[in-house]
Amino acid sequence: MRGTFSLAGAGTLFHKEVLRFWKVSVQTVGAPVLTAVLYLMIFGHVLEGRVEVFPGVSYTSFLVPGLVMMSVLQNAFANSSSSLIQSKVTGNLVFLLVTPLSHWAWFAAYVGAAVVRGLAVGAGVFAVTMWFAPLHLAEPWWIVVFAVLGAGMLGTLGLVAGLWAEKFDQTAAFQNFVIMPMTFLSGVFYSVKSLPAVWQTLSHLNPFFYMIDGFRRGFFGASDTSPWVSLAVVALAFAAVAALALRLLAVGYKLRA
Amino acid sequence: MPAVRFEQVSKIYRGSRGPFKALDEVGFEIGPGEFFGLLGPNGAGKTTLISVLAGLVRASSGRVSVLGHDVVSDYAAARRSLGIVPQELVFDPFFSVRETLRIQSGYFGVRNNDAWIDELLAELGLSDKANANMRQLSGGMKRRVLVAQALVHRPPVIVLDEPTAGVDVELRQTLWQFVARLNKQGHTVLLTTHYLEEAEALCGRIAMLKAGRVVALDKTSALLSGMASTMLRFKTDQPLPAALAPLARVTGRIVQMKAHDAAEVEQLLAALREGSVQVEDLEIGRADLEDVFIDIMQAHPA
Repeated sequence: MRGTFSLAGAGTLFHKEVLRFWKVSVQTVGAPVLTAVLYLMIFGHVLEGRVEVFPGVSYTSFLVPGLVMMSVLQNAFANSSSSLIQSKVTGNLVFLLVTPLSHWAWFAAYVGAAVVRGLAVGAGVFAVTMWFAPLHLAEPWWIVVFAVLGAGMLGTLGLVAGLWAEKFDQTAAFQNFVIMPMTFLSGVFYSVKSLPAVWQTLSHLNPFFYMIDGFRRGFFGASDTSPWVSLAVVALAFAAVAALALRLLAVGYKLRA
Repeated sequence: MPAVRFEQVSKIYRGSRGPFKALDEVGFEIGPGEFFGLLGPNGAGKTTLISVLAGLVRASSGRVSVLGHDVVSDYAAARRSLGIVPQELVFDPFFSVRETLRIQSGYFGVRNNDAWIDELLAELGLSDKANANMRQLSGGMKRRVLVAQALVHRPPVIVLDEPTAGVDVELRQTLWQFVARLNKQGHTVLLTTHYLEEAEALCGRIAMLKAGRVVALDKTSALLSGMASTMLRFKTDQPLPAALAPLARVTGRIVQMKAHDAAEVEQLLAALREGSVQVEDLEIGRADLEDVFIDIMQAHPA
């Protein structure tokens, strides 16, 4: 199919997607920041002093990067999935379907905006939680790399979920039964080294584990797995879901009857 | 080169109740600058055909092109040439009218388009609503925005899918004046409507669809003269004589009967007299597009 990538077209869709969440930022950025702070206050209060994951690192300090990354991932997913399903259910997706935008443009715009929302919420959570625990940025480049890749991958998964779903409860099910368990079982609240051997092995099959572990490396300079291994796993997983999303967009899966 | 070309287009939907043929080998062309009407009863396939043209639905077989651009293999060029006003009253609740139009323009790669957007807003009577959120607009106003969205990238071919369904008289007039002017400027217009008087007044050529097939395709004037009938119209509260009832089209109190010549009119009137039918507002006129439409639809049982 002959369709060229239009920078102006893709840029407009990206801009629209960012505006869409920014116009309701209390709900799309403020609310998730508050949720993360509540997690921190409750878990930090209960477990502070009882658990030491890395030597010399308090539990609250350990928890902050996990919560930041969890917020990045969940909100990146929420952005692309909710935007698509809303447009599908209300019918205004037709305005996009009649345009010459290529599947690359759709992908870049939806995932790009999801990354922006994920990073905005992540930055918000970090800005608030950093007052609760002393943190230093040991290897900050890993923070940036894993935040962007993780948000990109979850934004892409949100795109796939939004394409697949026909009703709001289907995207909610995808979030509750796939994204939430994979996030919670990835080591947000603990080090997988503290788990029984079987669960450790299972955790290593979860790409979310590598995102969180790599991200945390940037703060503490220590991690369960080498950040290079994490980078390879996350990049491969991202490439796989991106290939799937691009394929679905190109064939108009559940978009063009 | 035709503005739009449909070549043996078929669309089969495979549902749980078995396959359904929504379009059956539809083929015709619309010349550049034409004002073309696509008519048919509900479920005839009009919206499916337009959806294939717009790329919203993929044809099961056949080809469709816009100004020579295939809507599948060369979709970007085809869609740039098309402006579609969808039938459903849809909108994005996050944005104002101006934002909606700027965004739609941007999708087509047209930025800094405010001069044309202002002109569209003025033409469609939306200037004072430019900064209103889409949610605050009435149904008629939302319909105007749909028209503006379809025209924002200045497409040479404009497709209006029942644009006046549920629209008040004022907007209908504004809309038709505007679309007629665009047509005079060289834009090709493809219109589907259930208001046959609109189609008769506006469309130079007409295709009629029934059960996914083209059952008539001609100039509007030829369709009307081909009918060559006189219509007897009157109002009555009484039942018609048994001999006349099958010949009549009854809408409430209004009765319409076809007659081929003056003698036949005379016979009908005599039969009404014999049946002691009290007749009001009797008039004898030429057949209009509605009569042609009903005639053609009855001649092609589904």
